[in-house]
Amino acid sequence: MGQPIPTGPKRRDVLRAVAAGAAAGIALPSLASAEIAPPAVSSYPAKAFRQTEKDPALQAMFGTATLTDTADVRMEAPDIAENGAVVPVTFDANLPGITAAGVLALDNPFILACAYKIPPGTSPAISSRIKLAKTTQVISVIQSNGKLMSTAKQVKVTLGGCG
Amino acid sequence: MVHQILVHATTTGDTTTVEALIKHPMDSGFVRDKSGRIIPPHYIEVIEFTCQGKTVLTGYWGPAVSKNPFIKFSFKGGKPGQPIGIAWVDNKGESAVSTAKIV
Repeated sequence: MGQPIPTGPKRRDVLRAVAAGAAAGIALPSLASAEIAPPAVSSYPAKAFRQTEKDPALQAMFGTATLTDTADVRMEAPDIAENGAVVPVTFDANLPGITAAGVLALDNPFILACAYKIPPGTSPAISSRIKLAKTTQVISVIQSNGKLMSTAKQVKVTLGGCG
Repeated sequence: MVHQILVHATTTGDTTTVEALIKHPMDSGFVRDKSGRIIPPHYIEVIEFTCQGKTVLTGYWGPAVSKNPFIKFSFKGGKPGQPIGIAWVDNKGESAVSTAKIV
């Protein structure tokens, strides 16, 4: 063991080769999806999502706060949500000129849960899952020809789901 | 962090139904960890679905969207074999993109 084993350069070469391989491995998937760019975060209506009252949230998101309750907006949500962390909410509407939609939970820390921009050709029927902090009224809002049409439903939450 | 997106798109007639499951913590900023420290907010802000260069749905999400979000919607004009693109960006600037072929 008297003589030092000349491993230095070899080890360096191996590391270099591994690094090059890793870089190539990372580059491949990003090339494959290069045509899709992540959405611009500047379009995010951050102000609307920080509101704790219904009217300012609607105003910031849709530009108006007047809600018209109608049976043309349908909503599916459970009567009782055992787990407030995962509450399935589905809405749909039979209205002309739909451009946007949103879901509000009145007793959540922030009122607006989610919002969607709906281009022509896309159905206004959207399902997703939201969190409810406690028993609250959930409102589905559809923007049709600029007006806000809505349907509300009380959802009882047995286990709060701020998490 | 590994950001996974599962996308499934099916066509019946002229309507394409897209189902997507995204792996994301969606921390709201209201929850404390075991030692009592607040877990900082970390949630998807904007999510976009595209087909043939056209945006078919833009979603704006707040911290009230559930962990590992699921979304289902449908649009007209998609054909089998065409790719559906899905991309999101969160409040920490992280992002992910994925594609799936319509079947």
